[in-house]
Amino acid sequence: MIELESYLLLSAITFVIGVIGVLTRRNAIIVFMSIELMLNSVNLTLVAFSAFLGDPTGQMLVFFVMTVAAAEAAVGLAIIIALFRNKQTLNIDEINILKW
Amino acid sequence: MIMTFETVLFYFLAAASIASAVMVITRRSPVMSVLFLIVNFFSLAGLYLTLHAQFIAVIQIIVYAGAIMVLFLFVIMLLNLGDEQRLAERISYKKMIAVGLSFAVLMEVLYVVAYSGTEFPTKNLERAVEIGTVEYIGRELFTTFLFPFEITSILLLAAIIGAVVMAKKKID
Repeated sequence: MIELESYLLLSAITFVIGVIGVLTRRNAIIVFMSIELMLNSVNLTLVAFSAFLGDPTGQMLVFFVMTVAAAEAAVGLAIIIALFRNKQTLNIDEINILKW
Repeated sequence: MIMTFETVLFYFLAAASIASAVMVITRRSPVMSVLFLIVNFFSLAGLYLTLHAQFIAVIQIIVYAGAIMVLFLFVIMLLNLGDEQRLAERISYKKMIAVGLSFAVLMEVLYVVAYSGTEFPTKNLERAVEIGTVEYIGRELFTTFLFPFEITSILLLAAIIGAVVMAKKKID
């Protein structure tokens, strides 16, 4: 039987891959996808703890995380479309209008 | 050690999810990244099944791979990113520091999980199978978690309005 540690390590590795994606890529859409990767690794942790502790709360939380992720994807992609319309680029190094 | 079917399945799905996650952040074309992200979501759905969370596994495929990823693909196709290919991804010292710090975080988590001597619970198989079913989750959702479930509708409404307002051509 697979231990809980294996699931935790797997989700830690996936989370770190997502963090590296956010920190190193410059295409806004790929940064966004890395965030989805991180959300999913946390979901895996929640489901693993839920199954091993016999507590359904973790799976409920995953359900709500997915709802938030769907809302976030819709609003985030709308922001990306608006940005692309105004700046004609998705390079996050060039999108710095909030920087003083 | 005899490899049971469950163990083989877990390591296969874990390798698939890590490999596809690496492909997501290394591919140059966003379309390839989306396709590998879908592979990652499917392997995660398989991992949920090894944890007896059937409902979450199905929702993962329907909502994530089905809805959210189609939205991503749709936006990428819409934006016509052909000339974005030249968006140079240089390797600078800042990126090396970022990768180094990320690995430091990974090492910390690895230490906490594997070497700190923390006692982790073992799985009660019958209970795990019981709480993963649609029936159990539905009952919990409409009794214990009824209030957050209703609040979710406000969140989705806000997201719909936000997306429409953002994507409009002119904001009057």
